[in-house]
This record gives sequence, structure tokens and C-alpha cells, in this order.
Amino acid sequence: MTLARTPSQTVGPFFGIALPWPDGPYVVPDGTPGAIWIRGRVLDGRGDPVPDAVVETWHADPDGRFDHPDDPRGPAPGSRGFGRSPTAADGSYAILTLKPGPVPGPGGSTQAPHVDVSVFARGLLNRVVTRIYFPEDRAERAADPVLAGVTDPEARATLVAERTDDGYRFDIRLQGDRETVFFDI
Amino acid sequence: MAGYRRDDAPVDPPYRYPDYVSTRFRAPSRPPIVLPHTLTEVTGPLLGEGRVGELDHDLTRQHANEPQGQRIVVHGRVLDADERPVPRTLVEVWQANAGGRYAHDGDRHPAPLDPNFTGLGRCLTDDWGSYRFITIRPGAYPWSNHDNAWRPAHIHFSLFGRSFTQRLVTQMYFPADPLFAQDPIFNSIPDASARERLVSRFDLSETVPDRALAFRFDIVLRGRDATPMEEP
Repeated sequence: MTLARTPSQTVGPFFGIALPWPDGPYVVPDGTPGAIWIRGRVLDGRGDPVPDAVVETWHADPDGRFDHPDDPRGPAPGSRGFGRSPTAADGSYAILTLKPGPVPGPGGSTQAPHVDVSVFARGLLNRVVTRIYFPEDRAERAADPVLAGVTDPEARATLVAERTDDGYRFDIRLQGDRETVFFDI
Repeated sequence: MAGYRRDDAPVDPPYRYPDYVSTRFRAPSRPPIVLPHTLTEVTGPLLGEGRVGELDHDLTRQHANEPQGQRIVVHGRVLDADERPVPRTLVEVWQANAGGRYAHDGDRHPAPLDPNFTGLGRCLTDDWGSYRFITIRPGAYPWSNHDNAWRPAHIHFSLFGRSFTQRLVTQMYFPADPLFAQDPIFNSIPDASARERLVSRFDLSETVPDRALAFRFDIVLRGRDATPMEEP
């Protein structure tokens, strides 16, 4: 017997009373050695900032492991792995974390270091899901089984962050020019 | 280890739904690419312990006095599609007050704010996947989507489940709301029976005599795929 799934609805414009946590953007505490800021903006189809979105991130620890019982190598305790940042008036979000390591993929493959991202916003009836990859991992990205499914090079480029002084920049374009690749999960 | 099952027919709304005007410049124009479920997607944040305060489940006791409005219990179970309970998972809710106003700076609806109501709740499901909030029934409110547009009364729900794939943000509605017919957000769900799954049931058995009415809202997250994903 299977049950029918509950459908999604938009997060709406007023999630700010509930979803932002003071420590939401801090996957690791401020001052953690080696921590990086992943910063970016969420933009709409006109190139305007989306000031009422919430960006959530989920990724492996620097060893490529998860603090989760379904990691076949056993849970890696102490790694929260989860970040949550509402966007500001200029559409910007920011997450402080440690860069993930490579993660095992299907068929004995290795996934390049990546961050799974969900974006919720007014006007999004369901979350959009994308992935952040890192610019320095050129060889790892070439062998990544998920990126292999994104055949258009311009589209693939939307999944790669840019290096900045304190970490990386990753803009999310919901629609139109240089539209970010989104995934059906 | 198995991935998570995909829907046979659409359950969620489409991104682009012209009747909901805000989708116009925010809906992606290209179809999403199917992402195989890897370790990153079958794991997810197991949050909760330490994130829930003692009175977070009771939205009527978070201020000096009680809020205005009809007291209600909102309860139910969080299950996966294979009827397995989802235990110890974080449930976050938020809602308007009895007059249909959110305690949010962006809400311009000229209904009174209630100094005794924030409209934020959190709890963890128990070992059987059950959750329970005490709150007041939210009011309907006007919005600018179309001429004389009103949102049906609703409570926002955010759930994590146990994997990135199970993450769900949705809205719970109340039975037989006459505003359903003109609401594009509710009607964006293509299938009528799927829309009905967002409508809570009046639940006499959970009412608190002389105190509160009760509504039941069960939530079903994605189930596991029968086919194991390839081991890393």
C-alpha cells in the first residue's frame, strides 16, 4: 500500500517570521579555520533582485562524508552540513561553511565537490534545486556523473561558482539570460 | 541503499502558472534536468534537537496574554509514501493572526496586529511521526494578485524528512473554504485529489472540551525507491 504524496505550495512572502535562524547562514561557526563564504544573488527574469527568497544548502564535509545514518561509511558526527540564508533587499544571500570533499557517485564514480541548493520564494510554487561546483576542480568536474547529464557547456557553466577574496560567488538566475540549470529531483 | 521514488503523474504545481502573477518572472523557462539520487540527495539535515523551545508548539502561550481568535489544535502524522512514520523530524509553521495579518513588516493589509501573537511554531515529530500544535485559526486576507483576490485561511508548513529529496514546504487549508475557487495558489496543483490532501479535516476526537477545536493534517513525504541505487 502506498500513500499519495502531499503537494508543494509556495513559501510566500512572509516566511521571515519563521524560517530565518540566527545561526542559519553559519554551517560552521564564525572563525572556523579554512571556512569559506559562499555569497551570491537571486535574480528574476528581468535581472531584478529577488528580495524574498530563502536559499538552503546541503553538502558533505571536507572528507566527502555526511552526518547521516544512510551514509554507508557511517555517519560523520559534528558536520551540520546545512545552511539557510534569506535574501536581503538586494537579493543577496551568504553561507559560511567548509568546502566539501569529493563524494562517491553511482557505478563507482566520484562526484566533484558540490553543494546541493534549494531556493524557495514567493512566486515559486515549488522549490528550485541546483548545485554549486567549484572553479578549481576542473578535472573532477570533467568526471562528474551529474554534470555529464548537462550537455550544453553554457548551461553547465551556470553551475560553477567564481572565486572571491573570502570564498566563492554563485548567483542564481531563476529565468531568462544565463538561466541557472535546475534539477528535477 | 535506495533512492527516492519519483511521481508517476504530477503532484506538485508547475513552476509557471499564469494565474499566479508572481510566477511570471520567477518561473524557470527551461525544463529541469533529472538528477540521479546520489549520496548527497538521499542524506539530509537531521535537525531538531536543540532547535525547539518549550513553548514553540503552543502559539497561544508565547506572549504575556492570549491572542485573539478561535483556539484550535492542529495535529497529524508525518509519514512517507510507504506509510512509514517519519520520527523526530523538525516541523516549522507560520501563519497570519485571526484578522488575517502577519506579524511581518512587509504585510500591508490594514487589519490589526495582535501583540499577543507572532504566528511562529516549531516542534519535532514523536517516534510515531505525530506532531501537535496549539494555535488560533488564521484569518483570510486580501492580496494584489487579481481584482478582489483573497487567500483562503492557511497555515504554512516546512518539513525536512530525513533526506534532501524529502524536503517539503506547503500550506494547510481548512475544510470547505469558499475562497478555494478563486485562489490560484491552491488551484495551481493540477490534480483535484492532490489539492484535497492540503485540506485539513475537522477532528472532534482531538478537540479540547471547553477550550479548543481541532483539525487533523497528515503529511506524506516521498517514499523509497524499490530499486537500490548503485553502491558507491
